Amino acid sequence: MAQRIDVKDLNIYYGSFLAVADVSMHIAPRAVTALIGPSGCGKSTFLRTLNRMHEVIPGTRVEGTVAVEGVNLYGSDVDPVAVRRHIGMVFQRPNPFPTMSIADNVLAGVKLNNRRMSKSDAADLVEESLVGANLWNEVKDRLEKPGSSLSGGQQQRLCIARAIAVKPQILLMDEPCSALDPISTLAIEDLMQELKDEYTIVIVTHNMQQAARVSEQTAFFNIEGTGKPGRLIEMDDTRTMFSSPAKQETEDYISGRFG
Amino acid sequence: MAVSTATPTAAPAFQLEGVGTRRRVVNGVMTVLVVLAFVLAMTPLISVTWSVIAEGFKQLSPYFLTHSMRGVVGGAETGGIYHAMLGTVLITLAATVISVPIGLFAAVYLVEYGKGPLARWVTFFVDVMTGIPSIVAGLFAYALFAVLLGPSAKFGLIGAVALSVLMTPVVVRSSEEMLRLVPNELREAALALGVPKWLTVVKVVLRTAVAGLTTGVMIAIARVIGETAPLLLTVGFTDSINRNLFEGRMMTLPVFIYSSWHKGYVPCNAGDLACNTNINFERAWAAALTLIVIVMLLNLVARLIARFFAPKTGTH
Amino acid sequence: MTTTTARPPDGVEALRKKRSSGIGSGLFAGLSTGSGALILVVLAAVAAFLLIQAWPALTADPADLNAGVAWFPADTSLLQFVGPLVFGTLLAAALALAMATPVAIGIALFISHYAPRRFASGLGYLIDLLAAIPSVVYGLWGVQVLVGENGIGQPVQQILNDVLGFIPLFAGTPARPARSLFIASMVLAVMILPIITAVSREVFLQTPRLHEEASLALGATRWEMIRMAVLPFGRSGVVSAAMLGLGRALGETMAVLMILSPGMTYSWHVLEAGKQQTIAANIAAQFPEANPLGVNTLIATGLALFVITLAVNMLARWIVSRRAEFSGAN
Repeated sequence: MAQRIDVKDLNIYYGSFLAVADVSMHIAPRAVTALIGPSGCGKSTFLRTLNRMHEVIPGTRVEGTVAVEGVNLYGSDVDPVAVRRHIGMVFQRPNPFPTMSIADNVLAGVKLNNRRMSKSDAADLVEESLVGANLWNEVKDRLEKPGSSLSGGQQQRLCIARAIAVKPQILLMDEPCSALDPISTLAIEDLMQELKDEYTIVIVTHNMQQAARVSEQTAFFNIEGTGKPGRLIEMDDTRTMFSSPAKQETEDYISGRFG
Repeated sequence: MAVSTATPTAAPAFQLEGVGTRRRVVNGVMTVLVVLAFVLAMTPLISVTWSVIAEGFKQLSPYFLTHSMRGVVGGAETGGIYHAMLGTVLITLAATVISVPIGLFAAVYLVEYGKGPLARWVTFFVDVMTGIPSIVAGLFAYALFAVLLGPSAKFGLIGAVALSVLMTPVVVRSSEEMLRLVPNELREAALALGVPKWLTVVKVVLRTAVAGLTTGVMIAIARVIGETAPLLLTVGFTDSINRNLFEGRMMTLPVFIYSSWHKGYVPCNAGDLACNTNINFERAWAAALTLIVIVMLLNLVARLIARFFAPKTGTH
Repeated sequence: MTTTTARPPDGVEALRKKRSSGIGSGLFAGLSTGSGALILVVLAAVAAFLLIQAWPALTADPADLNAGVAWFPADTSLLQFVGPLVFGTLLAAALALAMATPVAIGIALFISHYAPRRFASGLGYLIDLLAAIPSVVYGLWGVQVLVGENGIGQPVQQILNDVLGFIPLFAGTPARPARSLFIASMVLAVMILPIITAVSREVFLQTPRLHEEASLALGATRWEMIRMAVLPFGRSGVVSAAMLGLGRALGETMAVLMILSPGMTYSWHVLEAGKQQTIAANIAAQFPEANPLGVNTLIATGLALFVITLAVNMLARWIVSRRAEFSGAN
């Protein structure tokens, strides 16, 4: 049931400042798409426009369209809250709710929305989501412990469980492993491979090896200089991008000549 | 070293001998002055505490805390502050009920919604409002009810309105500070789950900050519970118990302290052992002790809440 | 793996469903914004209602005020009546400020730069306790410890008069018992000490470590480091702290009411009794027994106090906010 995303002529502004210019791309369903590029190139900003999370910062706006299965997310009849329920997001630093237990963290999307759910349904959803996030076996005996009692890597998988418990179609991940140790990183990468059967996954990463390992498609963003907008330089199959990119600056970045 | 008074010796420059005598003396004098300033500030604190305890215990007793002053005359060592404690609790509670919702919502506005000129004006004038003299707040509450109900109105609610003018900005300030301590990541986490903004604020932001918010409210209560002047103007005083905030004068602890003190010495006939010429002052001190204990308890409990019930917001 | 049954097949259409949370969101945002705006409304209402209730006195003929209000002096306009009160208020507050500010700066430096770090917050809490004591208790204490026959007020006043009597401020006959503006100001100084200390301490702690270390590296003593790095950095902060203290002192009622023996003159002799009076103490003293026109007159004086404190506080906050912008830019 994963869904495709089509971005067309997207400009992203902070106030009057054009942060990302003129992005058009097609994101395939049932696959991992990696966004790479140097710091400040706008890849995270772009990711946040895919579920309208950038609107949390006052003064941001976009031009152009982001369409999920043909429905423009920026159409006037679209509710941004529904968009975020439809397109989940995992952040750079694990951020479980400190006032909630592990189980309540998984159920946060339900509970915070004041929706009622029978006890057994809730237990099923907790198990299903934690199994989906490869965390069930580690926490099944301490579901009532606070979420902040877990290790960093476990917390991040808890956040993934929390995101998929809402049953989104698409998962966005903003450098999900940058705060984690190598073993936890591997666990998350394995998880992504499993999740892509069900979800369209878009991941922002600083780590080119990670992009090469986990993604089917890679998009390279770059920026000409400070004050200039970030742009999509090229996008292709990951294998092609890392072996024979079409543009010289992609090659320079991938081979480590800058960034 | 550049100071010429010091004769160059073999002492290494990093030893204090390397520093000129005058500079060393100035440094020493300033250290003494700074320490003295602190000691100087501690003297009134110790002196007030000592006076209140020494004088206050002369009359403080269970009887004193459980009886009113109704029908108590002359130098008799009877009567107490039950009516004043009741009035203080009722009026402060009413002031809290008025100012906490307004203060909390205003803080939510400033932290979660506020942008542009209105937010800047509110921030600025909340600060300015913390500086309104308490007697002016009293005059305002009097004037408000004088316009609404006619000039001779005196009852508990007017005092509560006066106190809430003083209390609201304190609640706004402390709540605002607490809400800003809630990490942005938690707001984003909730919003990214498709939770509407207002539910995010209610169930994540306020929930996470609840210990700090409680602390702030209690400190705000402690701040206004000792206010005298506005209640003197708006609620007046009485010797009897009055449980009705909407009718009739009401005694409060601070006003009791003032009015007892104001009554002064009681003339006693020589040989009348039941007559205590200092009784009014002793009652004032005992009430002051009670008031200070209440204020300190509020402060203490507030700090304990802040320490023990604050959620661990760190990610590790 | 997850079951797909719970997902609606036409998932995309869910995006278009009408905004279910519209009412809650709007109500909540409205309540919040309304409360913010209410703060401004209340402040405006304070001014408006004071003005309404002061109006009869503001527009009355001085002769009517004299005839209608027991304590209103003859052949005096309202302005001439308020004059000495404003003078007394400003004098008492200025005196309190002069006594409190140096001590507060000392304490703030002690806590921020002299005391061991782990005691700092505890010491700050001790100073904050001074702010927790109700003003009426300070009044009670002042009368007993400073004013009375055995109080320390009289000898202090006598010494000041003997040594500094050539200065008009300390001239005249020191009051016995010491019900003077000087003693009242001393108590006010204690009461405003915590706020000046707290704000100054905050500013001193914000001194860039780099500046401090730079001056220490140049071989400065601790005091020289403070003079070179901390005080210049904190100057505007201390100024606004002092103004906040001034705002407090201007409006303090009970301590002055209980200690000062009032008088309605423009006298600088702060050691004497029966010379000055403050607006706040005068209101508290006269209000309970005043007739309607008397109340109007007192509210008119309260309006003057409101305007003065508002101006002082706005100036203080303006300095603070300007400072915040600067330090943000650095």
